Amino acid sequence: MERPEKLQQVFGTTLTSHRNKSSLTRENIPPPAKYGGRHTVTLIPGDGIGPELLNHVREVFRFSCVPVDFEVVHVNSAVETEDDINNAITAIRRNGVALKGNIETKHTMAPSVKSRNNLLRTSLDLYANVMHCQSLPGVQTRHKNIDIMIIRENTEGEYSSLEHESVSGVVESLKIITRNNSLRIADYAFKLAREKGRRRVTAVHKANIMKLGDGLFLQCCREVASGYPDITFDSMIVDNTTMQLVSKPQQFDVMVMPNLYGNVVSNVCAGLVGGPGLVPGANYGHVYAVFETATRNTGKSIANRNIANPTAMLLASCMMLDHLKLYDHASSIRNAILNTMNETRLHTADIGGQGTTSEVVQTIMRFIQSKGQLTSEY
Amino acid sequence: MTARSVRSLSGALKPLFSNRCPGVYGAASCNQRQKSTYTPPPARYGGRHTVTLIPGDGIGPELGNHVRELFRFCCVPVDFEVVNVDSSVASEDDINNAIMAIRRNGVALKGNIETNHNLPPSYKSRNNLLRTTLDLYANVMHCQSLPGVRTRHRNIDIMIIRENTEGEYSSLEHENVPGVVECLKIITKTKSLRIADYAFRTARAKGRRRVTAVHKANIMKLGDGLFLECCKEVASGYPEITFDSMIVDNTTMQLVSRPQQFDLMVMPNLYGNVVSNVCAGLVGGPGLVPGANYGEDYAVFETGTRNTGKSIANRNTANPTAMLLASCLLLDHLKLHAYASMIRRAILSTVSETRLHTADLGGQGSTSEVVQSIMNAVQSTGPQTLSI
Repeated sequence: MERPEKLQQVFGTTLTSHRNKSSLTRENIPPPAKYGGRHTVTLIPGDGIGPELLNHVREVFRFSCVPVDFEVVHVNSAVETEDDINNAITAIRRNGVALKGNIETKHTMAPSVKSRNNLLRTSLDLYANVMHCQSLPGVQTRHKNIDIMIIRENTEGEYSSLEHESVSGVVESLKIITRNNSLRIADYAFKLAREKGRRRVTAVHKANIMKLGDGLFLQCCREVASGYPDITFDSMIVDNTTMQLVSKPQQFDVMVMPNLYGNVVSNVCAGLVGGPGLVPGANYGHVYAVFETATRNTGKSIANRNIANPTAMLLASCMMLDHLKLYDHASSIRNAILNTMNETRLHTADIGGQGTTSEVVQTIMRFIQSKGQLTSEY
Repeated sequence: MTARSVRSLSGALKPLFSNRCPGVYGAASCNQRQKSTYTPPPARYGGRHTVTLIPGDGIGPELGNHVRELFRFCCVPVDFEVVNVDSSVASEDDINNAIMAIRRNGVALKGNIETNHNLPPSYKSRNNLLRTTLDLYANVMHCQSLPGVRTRHRNIDIMIIRENTEGEYSSLEHENVPGVVECLKIITKTKSLRIADYAFRTARAKGRRRVTAVHKANIMKLGDGLFLECCKEVASGYPEITFDSMIVDNTTMQLVSRPQQFDLMVMPNLYGNVVSNVCAGLVGGPGLVPGANYGEDYAVFETGTRNTGKSIANRNTANPTAMLLASCLLLDHLKLHAYASMIRRAILSTVSETRLHTADLGGQGSTSEVVQSIMNAVQSTGPQTLSI
């Protein structure tokens, strides 16, 4: 790997020794701010509501004088070649951090055209998808006091895209579970639980049916759990989990699971706290981090109508700022967002209001300004 | 030759037996068979049906006993043939006996059989074995908000049709390289067409307006893509029914925010498992929803969410509603509609009484109180009952 050498040349030995420690938590060093103290972050607009929401993010960042420059890389979902997505991947390798909208996967194209989002996650080995579902004070939901952290394996499982039709009319899809990836994600989950002071980790599985596959996953989780005696570990079958989630979601703390169950469970939790417009998601690897909305919706039907909820994307950008260790900016924007959420008249259509995206963003910017920090003149 | 063997061999030997049929039962039943509407197993012994009963584990045995108690009280002409399946032994004799009994009787009522994790992986799930051997390809679960039960969502009326024999539940796994496990998810055209056909026929029979296929075809393009294609094919033959599709993650999110938008849903095995549990949770929990597994020749009834309920076994706190409603589905299947509606009415009136709610619904009632109250309700409506 040539990067350590380059870093050593440019920054001295400290940084490289951090690198070799290969810490699995979010303590991995952010990409160094190279140009005059400003970070460069890759921005992939994606399809649907992605471009407009990311424009709002740029607007808010500019207004708050956040030292982040965006390198925009477009990915065209309508063409079959993989050049666009490869450019995006190269840009992320270069910058280390990215913020993305969801790239549409057209069903009408040939099955050999892989999902661009999936390609990005597997090429960059973003093995952990972290989603924090919390009941927001200003949003009225059927369940209250939800605080669940979902850690989902992001690269293998049912999303291997390995399918074949050996006999016509019979399709076999392979679901791959490996010991290495399961240990890795379990380790990430427990480290994160310890870091955040969480008391309980629940593994979600279907090992009564998929004995070898999910059995291996469960075994790896148990192994890792034995090294964390201060954290309670239990497991629950996915069907029971979803049923418990809709009746008593307050019982869950941290949940770790393979890819497909993670997809379903995270969407259920997003629905419980108020919908896809409110929850941010983060994909972490050893070296790279990509931030997006948690439920990865393209939102084609509401694109360019100024009614999309910008909260999820803006909270994702705050997570990105935390990752870049720009904590002050992150908390100021986050506070502004939460204050705006309290105003019911500004709620967008997805949470039952009639506000527009631009009103919400304007209010957020006004909150940031009222806190007295340096902002650019408007 | 009895009609039973005619039925089971009819596929292969139809031409041979079409002459013999009129001799035993008249032309009517053979014509009905070819029309592929189901004829229940004939009541052979003095007008009484025989139904296989598999108690299972956990709360299964006690609930099965309550069903028998209730049937006896209401003078339902059904006899139960009890077949016990021991989940702790590795041999498959028990489950094979059960399967043979079901082949014999055609209908069964079962509790969930526990799948012990401590046994080696070669030990297959007994429930799964039963479903695949008897080819019970359609799992039907009707989730309705019950009037007496308070839930966060109201007016839910969703019918879930789940493919029951293939998909992720093929139990085909292998570990070619140590530390790397491959699980095979099988989707076939024949089975997908079959379940889609079943779904649309059911929708038409019940007067449903919309069928939604739940899938993940953006990721599993070939597998779920094939399933979706089959659904679309079948949908073209039912122009009065609207067909649409939804990705499983969006479906679950919509279910927790606005479940009233769904009418009838059809899906492969694993998504069916998750979605049916979500819906069961929305209408009040695992104690309220009955489930049915239908095949070409056999039907097995059980609780919708297939829980063993080990932690509440033998404590008189289990909710008998799901199992009793499943037994009503069984009676409907045997065309004993009068008994079915009588018992169902009694169950629904009991569920409306909040003081009788069991622990899972937030009350403190016991199972036996609930069953007594159902029997009282049946008695008060007037038909002949046993004096107890």
